[in-house]
Amino acid sequence: MGNMREDLQHAVKLARIELTAEEEARLGSQLGDILKYVDKLNELDVEGVEPTAHAVPLTNVLREDEPRESISHEAAMRNAPKTANGLFIVPKIVE
Amino acid sequence: MPHTLTISQLTDKLTQGELTSRDATQSCLDRIAAVDDQLNAFLSHDPADALAQADAADAARAAGETKPLLGVPIAMKDVIAVNGHPLNCASKILGDFNSPYDATVTQKLRDAGAVVFGRVNMDEFAMGSSTENSAFGPARNPWDTDRISGGSSGGSAVAVAADECIASLGSDTGGSIRQPAALCGCVGLKPTYGRVSRYGLVAFASSLDQIGPITKDVRDAATLLGVIAGEDPRDSTNVPEPVPDYTAALTGDIKGMKIGLPREYQVDGLDPEVKAATDAAVAELEKLGAEIKEISLPHTEYAIATYYIIATAEASANLARFEGVRYGARVDGASPEQMNRATRGAGFGEEVKRRIILGTYVLSSGYYDAYYLRAQKARTLIRQDFLNAFEQVDLIASPTTPTSAFKIGEKSGDPLQMYLSDVFTISCNLAGLCGISVPCGFSKIGLPMGLQLLGQPFGEPDLLRAAHAYEQVTDWHTKQPNLD
Repeated sequence: MGNMREDLQHAVKLARIELTAEEEARLGSQLGDILKYVDKLNELDVEGVEPTAHAVPLTNVLREDEPRESISHEAAMRNAPKTANGLFIVPKIVE
Repeated sequence: MPHTLTISQLTDKLTQGELTSRDATQSCLDRIAAVDDQLNAFLSHDPADALAQADAADAARAAGETKPLLGVPIAMKDVIAVNGHPLNCASKILGDFNSPYDATVTQKLRDAGAVVFGRVNMDEFAMGSSTENSAFGPARNPWDTDRISGGSSGGSAVAVAADECIASLGSDTGGSIRQPAALCGCVGLKPTYGRVSRYGLVAFASSLDQIGPITKDVRDAATLLGVIAGEDPRDSTNVPEPVPDYTAALTGDIKGMKIGLPREYQVDGLDPEVKAATDAAVAELEKLGAEIKEISLPHTEYAIATYYIIATAEASANLARFEGVRYGARVDGASPEQMNRATRGAGFGEEVKRRIILGTYVLSSGYYDAYYLRAQKARTLIRQDFLNAFEQVDLIASPTTPTSAFKIGEKSGDPLQMYLSDVFTISCNLAGLCGISVPCGFSKIGLPMGLQLLGQPFGEPDLLRAAHAYEQVTDWHTKQPNLD
């Protein structure tokens, strides 16, 4: 990786996105600007404030654990780029 | 010209036997053939399937069936699953994906008798404010095809504004229904979080996303919301509130209703024409008997920063599923990780990459507390501002957007400037409110502008009542763009 801050390079690696050198330069500078902008939140006193994960809090939404109809195995697999014997095929993991 | 009709007008004509659903559907298909080359609202549509649904609706009507949308052609944003049809989220990464099931809203439209047809354009994965981020080219504003349609539900708004369908569904994570509706001159309603099932909506930011209608008038928005709202055991965030008859709220009577104007919404960059149009709209509401009050939303200036941390964090997790294994396009690589990286590098557009990287960053070890947790706390403060305001007022009024539609390409090199245009719409999603945009005038060069009303959670009846009362005394919603 070339033209990007190291902390952002780490995020790119975690996000598993291949970037061209040109994208790295452009996204690096744009993300730098955006991070500078969101630093605005440091002005806020959030001492003692509870975080909000969902605006409409619902807890323990459960349904009966009963078998029910769902889409077929074939339908669930039909959009996969590579399959064999009803399984997804990926590049070799173990040598 | 049946394609120009509203849901209620078309339904009357269908009931009286003056028109068939086949006539209406064919009329929409003809309109698409005539104008969509200029607009790029539709990514695909299947005329034979649409006409078959129309014929089935006509047969059902002949057999005496009555349903709220029987025979009404409705277009769907390309982020909502329709069984047996392509679903791309306007992205290359989904390849030739074909939905194996119906979203709950799709099923509800079918149960109501609608002709569900056509996938409409959008910003890739609903990330954007202009539909310029579509992998299939921008949707163009029917009032000036050199200008953006707004986004992310740009195609949904263009298709309605240009009469290529009777109504459409969009989705709204930070303004993506209301903003394009305002810029194209239609009505756009974002329901309260939890009001409409998200099952079958491809997730962008799960705590913010909500499906809603884009329509030619407020009555149609009420009708369509009544069909798609309600409990769904397949969405655990769906709130089990009874669904009222929203059209019953359209009484025209808003005497004594209290409407708040946030003093913090006098922002830099608010176009004087937009301000004048919304001020005039508020004056109309006052003439109708509403009580106008200044209110304060003190944390307004933190909303955009809060949103772009929370929404991108959620997006980075949700879009991890596009890894080239279970669905969509794949670019080969020597190891699974290299395959993932190559697939995502080639498949995602630049705005999506930007947001996934930002979201990954704010969630990553060492930054989580400083960014994500802090943003969630800021969200609490923003939500509290609104809850406090709603102790004094029933609704909050503002412009939907700070400017009318800008030129295609004008802001595409500067994502931060694009984000700042979401200033009036974004808090509604953070706070879990409902909101609507209604046409409130045209700029000197003929571009539509929108009035936004925000309501309390599950306050859609008040929202619709006020928007409808305003619409009754104005004719902005009846204007049509000239595409000949």
